[in-house]
Amino acid sequence: MSGDGALERLRREGRIVIVGASLAGLRAAETLRKEGFTGSLTLIGDEPHEPYDRPPLSKQVLLGHASADRTELPRRHGLDAQWRLGVAAAGLDMAAGRVRLDDGDEVEYDRLLITTGVRARPWPHPAEAELDGVFVLRTRDDAARLQRRLAASPRRVLVIGAGFTGSEIASACRERGLPVTVAERGAAPLVGALGGVIGQVAAELQRAHGVDLRCGIMVTGLEGDSAGRLRRAHLSDGTSIDTDVAVVSLGATRNTEWLAGSGLGAGPRGIACDAGCRAFDVRGIVTDDIFVAGDVARSPHALFGYQFLSLEHWGNAVAQAATAAHNMISSSSERRPHLWVPAFWSSQFGVNIKSVGVPSLGEEVIVAQGSLADHRFTGVYGYQGRVIAAVSFDQTKWLEFYQRQIESGAPFPPEYSSVDRRTEGLRPVPADFPDPSLPTHGPTVTVSGYSPTDQRITFTPGRG
Amino acid sequence: MRLVVDLNRCQGYAQCAFLAPDVFAMHGEESLLYNPHAEEAQREQVLRAATACPVQAILVEDTDEAPATMGEGLSGVR
Ligand SMILES: Cc1cc2nc3c(=O)[nH]c(=O)nc-3n(C[C@H](O)[C@H](O)[C@H](O)COP(=O)(O)OP(=O)(O)OC[C@H]3O[C@@H](n4cnc5c(N)ncnc54)[C@H](O)[C@@H]3O)c2cc1C
Repeated sequence: MSGDGALERLRREGRIVIVGASLAGLRAAETLRKEGFTGSLTLIGDEPHEPYDRPPLSKQVLLGHASADRTELPRRHGLDAQWRLGVAAAGLDMAAGRVRLDDGDEVEYDRLLITTGVRARPWPHPAEAELDGVFVLRTRDDAARLQRRLAASPRRVLVIGAGFTGSEIASACRERGLPVTVAERGAAPLVGALGGVIGQVAAELQRAHGVDLRCGIMVTGLEGDSAGRLRRAHLSDGTSIDTDVAVVSLGATRNTEWLAGSGLGAGPRGIACDAGCRAFDVRGIVTDDIFVAGDVARSPHALFGYQFLSLEHWGNAVAQAATAAHNMISSSSERRPHLWVPAFWSSQFGVNIKSVGVPSLGEEVIVAQGSLADHRFTGVYGYQGRVIAAVSFDQTKWLEFYQRQIESGAPFPPEYSSVDRRTEGLRPVPADFPDPSLPTHGPTVTVSGYSPTDQRITFTPGRG
Repeated sequence: MRLVVDLNRCQGYAQCAFLAPDVFAMHGEESLLYNPHAEEAQREQVLRAATACPVQAILVEDTDEAPATMGEGLSGVR
């Protein structure tokens, strides 16, 4: 049969399996149907819930403006899919085209999409992590538990790690009037994602809102009472804090363990795929029937020297899922690259933080509009004489302009004179990212070199 | 009814907060907070807000396709 005939048959009566039933999995399923796939579609998800949205969990939900169990994602198309929820994929047989489930079942596929995302990195000391009052925040069940505890007016909340999620949690707690301590190993909040210059603004914001912010500090131990309830945290400077809630916000771990030994190029840094979302095997050869999208993927990006990027961003999951789904049922000449310019938002302490590009690649940053002191500005990052990223605090309207600059490789520092340029914006300063060999939990963008089979992992949990 | 806002797209025009204030609210100068599960009684306002959004960032559940509730942990076709 001709190649075209096989593709037609795949589109008509093929079997597509999606492992990971969250944002990327749902959007891919919708795209498959929209593009005319009429074969069998199976979504496998280990959470017992239908796909829901996570960003509200650290914002509206903790503020009590929305309910943790009511953030299900809207549907745009009838999916006519087979849902296997509450059951995890436990193994993959690439040669046979089969996914093994942890209830013993097996599901065969002609095309497989992996969207298993990431999970919260737990507190590294298991007995301490078990204490009543120690939380992480990744799932709606996590959010429901945490929100219930916050509603019970704890004496103090300790947030361990001031990346985006930790900072948003601290913000919600302050808005609820709860005393909050934030312990951050780096020099400032958000330093891994945005660098030290912008991190200082994030630190000012936290302190202005009454957060007891402690930077350059590690939590060395969590102590419980005789009933197993958290009562105290010990810090690397020898002090301790009485607290009955600790939220561990030390970043995420990729959900790839189920692929161990399968022969797929999957490891702690995620699953490597080509620009068309096809997964690599461990030999560095691209597969033809296995695709990847969302937080679990690492894929090479043309705008950033074809280095592999991992993006823990909502927008990336949406865009990459659509591309992967399209490519799964298209001939090679019709396939599209995933060329999405990284972008995310965060809402904390009443400020809208948005970014485009890859700030953590930035060597220098310039305040192109507004002023750091006003907490309202646009910072532009440069790398090797090019605009590589931009971040705005309450100035979202400028970002699209800088996105175009990034896309066109515009020179850095910017030569034009921009609106509302202040004196501090006349000269770029070092962006002040932490030494990349010193891992942080902060960046939600990870640049991980050129090797599709790179299995190294750099994070070491913050224990004193 | 379910909805989601693409906040990468949102520019803080606040049309939605004006048209459906029980569902969308500005938080600070330009952050939008919304309830991802609006009351059925809000449907008309939410649809109006979605239509009015200058950057079309609001995605609302397709009415005809409202999924039947499914028991937790079950398998089902939908
Ligand atoms: C609290 C919070 C706030 C956030 N806020 C923002 C924000 O403001 N802006 C932004 O841009 N992004 C934000 N994000 C990130 C955004 O939610 C993610 O980028 C997005 O959820 C990624 O979607 P995904 O489908 O790739 O992965 P996930 O949402 O992680 O979904 C993966 C799914 O696969 C399941 N799974 C894992 N292993 C298996 C297995 N073996 N078998 C079956 N199923 C499996 C998981 O349980 C999960 O349900 C936030 C995330 C969190 C947790």
